[in-house]
Formats: sequence, C-alpha cells, structure tokens
Amino acid sequence: MRTKNISTNCVVLLALLFSSVTSFAQQSHIGKLTGNAKQGKALYRRYCIFCHGPYGDGTGENAPYMDPKPRDFTKATFKCRSTPSGSLPLDSDLYDTISRGVHSSGMPSWRPLTRQQRADLVAYVKSFSSRFEEEKPGAALEIPPAPPNSAESAKHGAELFESMNCWSCHGKEGRGNGPNARTLTDSKGYPIVPPDLTSGMHFKCGDSDQAMFRDLMTGLDGTPMPSFSDAVKPAEAWDLVHYVETLHLNAKKGILVKAEPKGE
Amino acid sequence: MGIGTVKKIGMAVVALGILMATVQPSYAIPAFARKYGLPCSACHEAWPKLNNFGITFRDNGYQLGKGRDAPIYQDPGYWPIAFRMTPQWHRESTSPRPLDAIPGNGGSGTVAGGITKSGLDISSIDMLVAGTLYKNVSFFAQPFLSDGGVFIGQMHIRFDNLLGSRWLNVKMGKFELDLPISEERSLTLDNTGGAYFNYQFRPVADSNVFGGIGNAQLGVELQGHSENSYTRYSLAMTSSSDGATGLAVNSTYNVFGNFTQGFELPKLGLQRVGVYGYLGQSPTYFQTVGGSPIAGTGTGNRSFYRAGAYGLWYLGKVDLSTFFEHGQDNVYLGNSTPANQPALLPVGAVGPSWNGGFAEAHYTYNPQLILISRYEILRMSRQANPGVRSELGNLDAWTVGYRWYPFMSSRAGLAWVQEYSHLVTQEAAPVFGTSEHKSSYVMGFDFDF
Repeated sequence: MRTKNISTNCVVLLALLFSSVTSFAQQSHIGKLTGNAKQGKALYRRYCIFCHGPYGDGTGENAPYMDPKPRDFTKATFKCRSTPSGSLPLDSDLYDTISRGVHSSGMPSWRPLTRQQRADLVAYVKSFSSRFEEEKPGAALEIPPAPPNSAESAKHGAELFESMNCWSCHGKEGRGNGPNARTLTDSKGYPIVPPDLTSGMHFKCGDSDQAMFRDLMTGLDGTPMPSFSDAVKPAEAWDLVHYVETLHLNAKKGILVKAEPKGE
Repeated sequence: MGIGTVKKIGMAVVALGILMATVQPSYAIPAFARKYGLPCSACHEAWPKLNNFGITFRDNGYQLGKGRDAPIYQDPGYWPIAFRMTPQWHRESTSPRPLDAIPGNGGSGTVAGGITKSGLDISSIDMLVAGTLYKNVSFFAQPFLSDGGVFIGQMHIRFDNLLGSRWLNVKMGKFELDLPISEERSLTLDNTGGAYFNYQFRPVADSNVFGGIGNAQLGVELQGHSENSYTRYSLAMTSSSDGATGLAVNSTYNVFGNFTQGFELPKLGLQRVGVYGYLGQSPTYFQTVGGSPIAGTGTGNRSFYRAGAYGLWYLGKVDLSTFFEHGQDNVYLGNSTPANQPALLPVGAVGPSWNGGFAEAHYTYNPQLILISRYEILRMSRQANPGVRSELGNLDAWTVGYRWYPFMSSRAGLAWVQEYSHLVTQEAAPVFGTSEHKSSYVMGFDFDF
C-alpha cells in the first residue's frame, strides 16, 4: 500500500514538474492581440532557433560566431524594457524588440512578420523561463513629455554626464572609449563595448528620444548600463538626452564636445 | 529582307525562348545565410520561394539594416558566392508525334507514335554571387554553366535608400522583372509544366522578340517599398532585346510596372494582391546587307503588351497563388510580317490576343516539407491569321510534387524533389489534327552551398 502511494505521489510530482516546465506563460497580450506559444514555437523553429538555440538559451549553431551573443531567454533578463531594472519586461517590450530588432547585433527587425506572428513569438519566448509564471512585470515607466531641447538643458546634461561618471565608459567625447570601456563585460562574462554616442542615434532599444530616456531610467539589464532612476529626476534625464543629441549633432558638424571632469 | 528571313529570325527567337525555358536557373543564396547566420527558412517559405521576410531583405538591397551590412563588418575570409546543382532522374514522353513507319527509312510513310526518353540528368550549375559593396550599394550576378556554355542569367548593381527613402531604390543591369510570383524562385524544376507557360508565351508563328515577362531583361528599375514590404512598387525601363546582350536587336525600350499590396487577415496571415503590366515594341525587320540582317538594326517596331493581376492567399499552412494575364501583339508581329510590306499580311489578319492564368497551391507542413500543385491554362482569344484554327496554341498544364529538406542550416541546403507534370497543347500535332500530350517525371536532389 505504501509502495503504491509513493508511486502515485511520484507520478503526480512528475506530472506537476512536467507541466511547470512546459506551460510557462503560454500566452502573450499586446494590445488586442493574444499570442499563442504553440504557434510561436513553429515560428521560433523557422526564424530564431539557429541563434537562440532549441532551448532558448542562446546557444544556437551560429552563436559561437556572433558578437554580441544571442539572448539567453531562460534567464528572462532583457535589455529593452519599460519596467524597472531587474524586473520582467512587459509583453509589449518583447514585441517591440522583435519588431524593431537590435542595432549593431545579429538581431534583425522582424516587422515583415505579421503582428499575430510576432505576438505568438513573444508567447513562446516567455515559455523558456519559469519567471514569467512566478513573477509579474514591474510597473511600466511613465515617460513625461519632453521639454524643449535648449542649450541650457544640454549644458546641464553635460554636467550630469560628467558628475555621474558616464564618461568613464562612454568617453569624454561620447565616443565609447572611456577608461573603463575595455574592461566591460555582460552578465555572461562576454566583452561588451559602450555605444559611440557621436556616430548616430542608433541604440539597441530604439532610436527615439523616448527610447533613450527609457534606457537611462530602466537601464539595460544584462549589461553594465545601470538604471539611473534613483539618481536623476525625469527633467534631468531629459537634459542628458539632449546632451547626447548634441554630441551626435556636433560630431556631424565636426565639433568635438568634451565633458571635463571637475577639478581637472 | 524577305518574309522568309523574318520567319528565320522569329524561329531563332522562339528557339532561344525554349532554351531559356529549358535551362531554368533559380536560386536560394547560402552566401546570405552564412553572412547573417540565418537559416534558409528565415527568408524562404521553402527555398527558393521567398517569404515576406526574404522579400523585405531583397527589397532592402540584401541588407538587414542593423548597422552590420557593409563588407567591412564581415570576416575577411567571407566570400559572397554560392552554387546550386540539381542531379536528377528524368523521364519524359510526348505523343502523338509523326514518325517514319520504319525507323531510318524516310520513304516508309508517316505514322503516329510516341517518343519516350529517360535517364540520369543534370541541369545547369548556378553560381550565385551577391552581396553588398558598401552600405546601400549591392550587387547580384548569376552566371550559369551548362553543356551549351556559360550564360549570364542576371547581373546588376543596386543603389538603395536614395535621399534616405526606402521608396527610392535603383537597379541597373540584367535582372528578373519584379514578377508577381518569381519564376527564378519556382519550387518546381521541370520544363514540362514546371515552368510558367504564361510567363513565356508567344502565339504560334509570332515574331515578337520579347520572350515573356519570365525572362530576365536588360534595364533600369526604380523600386520602392514600405518598411515591412507590404506595399511595394516597381517601374522598369528595359531594352527591347529580351535580355540578349551585345546590342543584338534594336534600340527601343519597353516599360514594366508592378504594384502590390499586402494585408493581414486575422488568424490567416499575410495576403497579397497586385497588378502589373508590360508595354513594349519589337522590330519586324532589320537592315540587311546581301539579304542578311545586321544585328542591332531592328526597325519597323510594332507594339505589344501583357497585363494582369494576381493574389497570394494564405490560410495557415496552405497558400494559394493565383495569376491572370491578358496579352496582345501587333498584327505584324503576330503574322511575322515586316511592317514595310503590309501587302504580305494575310487577308483579315489581326493582332493576336490571349488570356491565361494559373493557380498554384502549397501545403507547408513545416519548413522542411512542402507539397506543391499547380494548374495552368492558356486560351487564344484571337488568332493573328483568321485561317488558323482558333484552338492552336491553347494549353493546359498541371504539376504535382514535393520538396523535402532533410536538414536545415545556415550553411547549405538540400532538397529531395519529386514532381510529375503533364502538358496538353491543343492542335500542336497538326499532322493528326489532335492535341499533343507531354508528361514528365523528375526525381532528384536540389542542393546549394
């Protein structure tokens, strides 16, 4: 009798384990769209598996040749989020990343896929990590309207760029060549370089001012770029955005702008 | 130049058309897959047929647009070249055909018979050289090797995103027209029901140099597209040489246009509809010396056009491509008559016109198995010479087959192919006053690397 009970318990336990492994977040919700992981799996095998791997751990057959490495979905750590650092992304964040692609990486824009297909892919990507079953994403960042891009705002941004040591990674001229740039690694220990802020407004999580504001306030999880939401106020974040725009525009005009550390 | 010479030229043009239809280069390009680390299935529903991601990639000038497209970002060992080959076993039979009653004895009388041939075969070896020279500057070259020599299938350079707009892209060289359903990327290999007859059709005895919209043309194309290529247009000006190089025909130009719009239907996927047209001129005679035509001096140009509409319908794993075309040639072209000798036109002669179309269905079980079927029809609505039977040239063709890809990678592709096709050409066996039946079976491998 006891043996039978143990066997029954084992079967129930295995069933529970199996269901927990295979049923992580089977759906996604983006606006009126509902994504389905079952459909997403077929799409994943067609489009994504060769980089992200059959288990979503970023070890597809192309991964050894790629820089940066494909995302490991099993960790549920995502760069591009509208949620606080360390939090899960919203479904719409994953949808936007799939749609937009990731600049300076092997991840193209998948906007040629239908909206439903992209929503299905989001559902399947979520199924690789139990975190999506166990946790809720944090509250989405509210982005206030951008103030006018004035010289004063950009100047204050330059001061923040210097006082918050942004230059230590991004460089005094914003060229991505700060003193710490060569030592940076991502969360998996792979070398990672800061973007050259003078070469154009091309960022991994979007090119708009709002995207840059969001990057500052939420950070890029899995990279050395932290969230500055506790360090700067929204108005100051906009000042930083304006300063970065200045770096790009001045570089186009051939003007170099240096954020000189105080006391030097 | 007499009408006999014009007919010879016409026959040579027809022979060239048949040759081009027989050697059927088509491509999937592992060089791109290697460059970007994407599998064949990312760009192809089943290679070589492009899906919308592949169409967008092509429309972007073979760029993904994430800052890594220029050659400077590639490993120096990367070489943008791929090869495609198709060893196969092929059986083909045609009947009825007029045969000598006693083989080898031309005086033994004529009987109706069938011709059957079979054996191991290969098609041409396609070289696919394509990539970017610089950001927004790309190239494509497709020479192919066959027993007949080396031919230039396509060769062009392309400049993308002019004035920063994806609606302004210019291509120059020899290229496939922006067709509704690409013949170069046909899923079927065989030339009996495997090619699109509507793309290559010319009425019997027609001397039009233009071999059909399926042939690669020499020209300049202005092309544009939306970000996801749901909306696309193409305007091309082509030399009236049907793609023949060396200024061999004459100096007039033709115009091709295509506009297509994709739209999403809930739970069904991306649908696409479009219209296209080709308006051109073709010479009816040449300047001559000693009675022989001088290449490149074609004159007495007369007009022709092809116009049609199409739809690509997706119902989950099943998709259906539907195509309709109306064509018409000038009376001089239709009767192979020099325009400077109108008296040679038959009494009551008119410009020939016809209608045709096809429906091609696919069932994509997964990226590694696709089932294919197609039915194609073409009907003459008006013969150039009223003395000719109205059915002459009508045809019906159907094809069934599958392609199975036992493995899939971003380095190479291999398909196991089987297909059977049947073609009925009405009044094509004039000796017996009946239709000609041609059937074909192909089994083999289609691979590229």
